Amino acid sequence: MKILVLIGNVPDTTTKIKFNADKTMFDATGVQWIINPWDELALTRAMELKETAGSGVETITVANVGRQETEATLRKALAIGADKAIRVDADAKDAFYVASQLALVSQGYDLIFAGVEASDYNGAAVGGMLAELLGIQSVSAVSGLQIDGSLVKITREIEGGSQALSVAAPVMAIVQKGIAKEPRIPAMRGIMMARSKPLEVVQPAETEIRMSFEAFDLPPAKAACKKYTEEQAKELIHALREEAKVL
Amino acid sequence: MSVLIYIDNQDGKIKKAGFEAASYGVALAKEADVAAVAVSLGNVDESELAKLGNYGITKVLSCTDARFATLDNSAIAKALAVAANQSNANIVVLAHNNLGKAVAPRLAVKLNAGLVSNVTGLPISLQPFKVNKNVFTGKAIGHALIYTEKKVLTLSYNSFGVIEQAASAVIESFDPGLNASDFGLTVEQTQKVTGKILLSEAEIVVAGGRGMKGPENWTGIEQLAEELGAGTACSRPVSDEGWRPHGEHVGQTGKIIAPNLYFAFGISGAIQHLGGVSGSKVIVAVNKDPDAPIFEAADYGIVGDAIKVLPQFIEAVKELKA
Repeated sequence: MKILVLIGNVPDTTTKIKFNADKTMFDATGVQWIINPWDELALTRAMELKETAGSGVETITVANVGRQETEATLRKALAIGADKAIRVDADAKDAFYVASQLALVSQGYDLIFAGVEASDYNGAAVGGMLAELLGIQSVSAVSGLQIDGSLVKITREIEGGSQALSVAAPVMAIVQKGIAKEPRIPAMRGIMMARSKPLEVVQPAETEIRMSFEAFDLPPAKAACKKYTEEQAKELIHALREEAKVL
Repeated sequence: MSVLIYIDNQDGKIKKAGFEAASYGVALAKEADVAAVAVSLGNVDESELAKLGNYGITKVLSCTDARFATLDNSAIAKALAVAANQSNANIVVLAHNNLGKAVAPRLAVKLNAGLVSNVTGLPISLQPFKVNKNVFTGKAIGHALIYTEKKVLTLSYNSFGVIEQAASAVIESFDPGLNASDFGLTVEQTQKVTGKILLSEAEIVVAGGRGMKGPENWTGIEQLAEELGAGTACSRPVSDEGWRPHGEHVGQTGKIIAPNLYFAFGISGAIQHLGGVSGSKVIVAVNKDPDAPIFEAADYGIVGDAIKVLPQFIEAVKELKA
């Protein structure tokens, strides 16, 4: 079985979000870039599967759409243990653009992992769009995954509970928290090996842009917190009814 | 032209997210001066579908094919594309829940439509089509433009609200013409959480963090939640420590919630946590540390010991109810 893990390059989750002067673009000054948290969990699960005897995983490839500066993120994925990386050399524009570029390099895999969303623009769309472009099944909100021959056994979250199901490969698994316990941290040996692993650069295909962001705003500042003492706890509850009208 | 609204169901019942999507779709259709059409897939009886009339829906396309119960994303997207084409829809609205956000991207590709997920309100303008959505997990708002003729939107939970307006819903049988080969999932087991308020639907959420000191102190949180009819949640360290199940983790990498009222007991309010709860209408924080960042996000707060405050809250709520 060949696995592909889609990798998003996103600002560290502790980044203070700010925009340029005319508020049309994210201000990336001084930002630390990381593997999108759910993609990192997906890669971790792919590694666990490869290490499981009898799972039949031959290779793990990682792919992203981004300029050269995103290669550090791909190298980290290689250091975690992926065998090969592919970068489509283009700015990641809207989800349809990204999915269309990834479709160029996603043929021939049995299992593709995508994160449930990217932590920057929260589009939650690339995995589903790519599955549709490839004409394969997709299962979302995946919190557990096993390989059983040519079948993929999945646990997913549904409204009000969870569900165990099976689906024949090829399949797109769109994963969320729970798919792996903790993201794997690259070991020194992995980092050394990553330097010599293949990183293929692919030219993008022309694709229409279907949406974009005209501008951004920060949420309106909140009014100051109304403070009560421990002794006034009951008064606070009363304020929730009388003043805030939420009880 | 029309606005098509996908109404999903849980075991044949329409939930609040469905009524909210209906309310939003009706308002959007009114603004665009086109018809609003709802579509339901799966075994939902007519009396349940008729409830959509309470939210201004006048026409429901219903396909009662039981095979949709497997929530096959590919098959649902295919059926919705047929419904969209039949009703000449230029906008399709779905709830931004597990199913809606899984189906919407596939549907957008089928319709050659631009997709904006997690929208927080009606469009700012229709020409050009501009709508707000949450980005950076609630830490910013993006003004999204869609350039395509057709649009797919998923609606952020509890961002628009349900708007009751009496109408009479006509239910039409709908056949998307799917074959057995369109369905590819085999469901082996379904586990439903029973007897608990679901986090994703809770109007009030009571959450605890590391300041609760240990799982043995959760009785107070559960009691307060019970008194309020609220869901229970926790911060990431708490679920990582195994004090509470992962399903209760709210925050950037856990669940994103937007209840009317959120209680944070012993939660310091790391930026990742705030990302998951900042959509809450009112936040109440109890924390020993006066400088904890949770107070920046909170509307009401007590600098103090959560374990001491909880019994007082429970008693005050009991008194209010009496």
